[in-house]
Amino acid sequence: MPPQHPFEPSDSRLATLRGPRSPQPYTARKITALTANPACSRRAVLDAAGVDKAVLAQRMGYEPRFGQSPFAIAREQAFEALVKWGGYAELIRLLREQLGIPVEEAAVTDLSEVGGDTSLNRRATETRHLLKRLASGSDERLILDRPLLTLEVAGQTAYLEPQALTHRVGGLFYLAEIRSFPAIDGQANPTAVAQTAKQAAVSVLALRRAFADMDLNPEQIAHEFLLICPKDFSNRPYGRMVDLRQELDALLFQLTRLRRADDLALGLPPSATLDTDRDEAELDASVGALDAAYTPDCLSFCEMARYCRDEATACASPTRLGGTVRNTLPGIDSTRTALAHLEGVHAPGPAEAAAIDHLRAAERLRRLRRGGAA
Amino acid sequence: MSALTAVATLRATETGHAERLTTVRHDHLDDRPFVLVPLRLAGEACAPLAALAGTDPADPVLLTVRQPRDRGERFLFVERLAALLLPYIEECRTAETETYTMGRGPDKEERRRPLRAPQLLVPNGDGIAYVRLLGRLTRLRAVEGPYAVDPAVPVLGKWLTWFADRAEFPGSGLLQAMTRLLAAHWATGQSAAEDSHLASLLAWIDPPGGHTGAEAAREAEDPLLYPPAGPATDVVFDRTLDELMSRYDEAGDDRGREAVGRQIDRELRGQMLPTWELMWRGVELLRELPEGGHVSERWAYDRRLFAEYAVYLDEDGRPQARRDHAVGAARRLARMEEAMARYDAERAFDDPLVMAEYELTGEAFTGVVVACDEDRFLPGARSPKWRPTITVRSELPVRLRAGTEIKCPARPGQKAEIVEVSPDGNGHTVLIQLNGGFNNKRKPPAPPGTLAEVDETVTYTSVDPKSMPSVLPAEEDTPWTHGGPPEPYEPTDEDAEEIWE
Repeated sequence: MPPQHPFEPSDSRLATLRGPRSPQPYTARKITALTANPACSRRAVLDAAGVDKAVLAQRMGYEPRFGQSPFAIAREQAFEALVKWGGYAELIRLLREQLGIPVEEAAVTDLSEVGGDTSLNRRATETRHLLKRLASGSDERLILDRPLLTLEVAGQTAYLEPQALTHRVGGLFYLAEIRSFPAIDGQANPTAVAQTAKQAAVSVLALRRAFADMDLNPEQIAHEFLLICPKDFSNRPYGRMVDLRQELDALLFQLTRLRRADDLALGLPPSATLDTDRDEAELDASVGALDAAYTPDCLSFCEMARYCRDEATACASPTRLGGTVRNTLPGIDSTRTALAHLEGVHAPGPAEAAAIDHLRAAERLRRLRRGGAA
Repeated sequence: MSALTAVATLRATETGHAERLTTVRHDHLDDRPFVLVPLRLAGEACAPLAALAGTDPADPVLLTVRQPRDRGERFLFVERLAALLLPYIEECRTAETETYTMGRGPDKEERRRPLRAPQLLVPNGDGIAYVRLLGRLTRLRAVEGPYAVDPAVPVLGKWLTWFADRAEFPGSGLLQAMTRLLAAHWATGQSAAEDSHLASLLAWIDPPGGHTGAEAAREAEDPLLYPPAGPATDVVFDRTLDELMSRYDEAGDDRGREAVGRQIDRELRGQMLPTWELMWRGVELLRELPEGGHVSERWAYDRRLFAEYAVYLDEDGRPQARRDHAVGAARRLARMEEAMARYDAERAFDDPLVMAEYELTGEAFTGVVVACDEDRFLPGARSPKWRPTITVRSELPVRLRAGTEIKCPARPGQKAEIVEVSPDGNGHTVLIQLNGGFNNKRKPPAPPGTLAEVDETVTYTSVDPKSMPSVLPAEEDTPWTHGGPPEPYEPTDEDAEEIWE
């Protein structure tokens, strides 16, 4: 579950754009979505301003079809409770199995609240305080349950909430993530694993930066994390270490490519608004002024995808048809232009000539060989 | 995706209707396919929730699990599915048989295979994954001992696993996903991700009156009109279902529970019925396409494999292992690659529109026969060898080189090779030597029809559907360097006890 409490984006321009509604937190999921499609300024600004994209899409007439089934939520909670039962007994067992070294039992501290206070700032401060104590002090055996970490991304402070951070095991701290997708005969859904690994990489990066800030050795955070999911068709926890070095490298690279969201927002006219209580036409004009980079993949994770798809269809963007069609049209930014080239209405420029010749040859063959097939 | 598919996609965006990618149908469509529309409970590895199944479009059989977290109810679902599918398999198995010959030369033998084989159709790729998982879950169960299940359960499991295994081989028609079948024959003006949605794919191909495919496809995305084609359910529907299931659990008496149970059944049926109808609409559309030349040959192979597996189940009957062993995996991979190559080549031979892909990449060319030397003998040969030549002029450049072995789909039994390629205007003139295919005659004249005539338009390609598969030693002859013959998998007690929560 993402943190539910408001935070204040530092930039007042973004806050003005969002309007009076309280901002949505910036989470690991948003970072991974942004790094998956770094060219999308629209999502970058909307997320940075803390706009509720689901509400925004709904206001503009696109009912987003996301959400979690009550069955999935129930299963997730039951499984999580099982792993955490008895002071993370299952986690300790899996760590022992996976690392092949003795792992001592440990106390657990629940960081989802600090003395009844669930505010993000309070939790983040307490997490830092504990991290410092654990990392610099003697070998205190304490598992951090739901620590709250912060990471600066594109000029915004993101709040990250990994499931758990283990005590020091063999000189290293390990991150653990609990997921409810199954590992059947040792194989889990690769997309789901990749997604979890990306999110874990964000947390590991945040931990390492926090350690560096406190003048501690960031290499104390392991570059692998323990993924815990149900075994086969049962509810028994199964765990594997997943290496994150590749994800960490990719993440660092993507983060350097992200433009600061407030810089992107500067391009908007002064009258622009992303306040979901304003009327549809105003919102449409402002959202439209932010460049999107729609691809069909967006449909699976972004609440705004259907809006962007209609926009991409209206301007005949080749990307909307998927990467393979786009790749046959190098340098051509509209399917209408491509069709005009096929008809011979336009003469292609030297840059497109080779691609268009190939398409024309294909078109000619298609006409000759299709016979009776309409 | 080739440039031809890209052009078809572009055209579809322009016209608003799906564009044909083939001139014929390349997949077998049975007269009596078994259609299965499954749903599973969200969040679980493989908890069957419901299914519509059967061979009669007008009369789908509804299977539901009113309390999917109950192990007993789950196995009851599997038993009921077995009671539908196993008789269908038996019906194919006991169909009339035909004789076919296996092997060549001294190893040649005659065998028999049934004229029918089961064909299982599911809505999409996830449906195939569901069949595989359900097979994995049930095939290793024991029918005796403390965790005994109905004997039909492991039998169904083995069949489902077999179907799912065969579905990975290109050209096999035993288990097919409707979205894949349709997308292989039509290009829509949307992305592949959107094409995996059965309702919107069909909307492009066959829009309701007065609408373009593009409009209809957007409407088809509304989960109220067209619920997801499964096995995943709609999130909003899940909330309704959750409420009903709670009421079912809390019902005070049997009558009250039965009433809620019937309501659950109705709701689930409502979620699957639109997909059921779309499945049969898809079947109709595919049936309207004429069948490609090699389709029946591939189906005959499927029938043979079906007969062999049925015999195996009778004689040995051990279930498939949890994981392939290395030798089996290597063999399987090799067979899959061959199946892919053969399927591609056969489709090109059956369909000029598929052959056009090879023409575009330079692996095939089409031209007009401008000359023919029927009385040519191979120069410099010790004994006279009759090797007629034809000269073909192609308007497009030919990229094949001299010495390449080629074949012509119009005369697939005739081997030929390129002797010379010479430039001619924009295109090329190709001198082709024919190395046989004259009904075993060794001297002129050529029997009628075996030699292309002047002015005939011919296509030649380096792709050959009859290329020989690689020979791997039989499993029992696996050398010790490769670990020796692999041990067959024996299900353990642990398999039988496996929890299904």
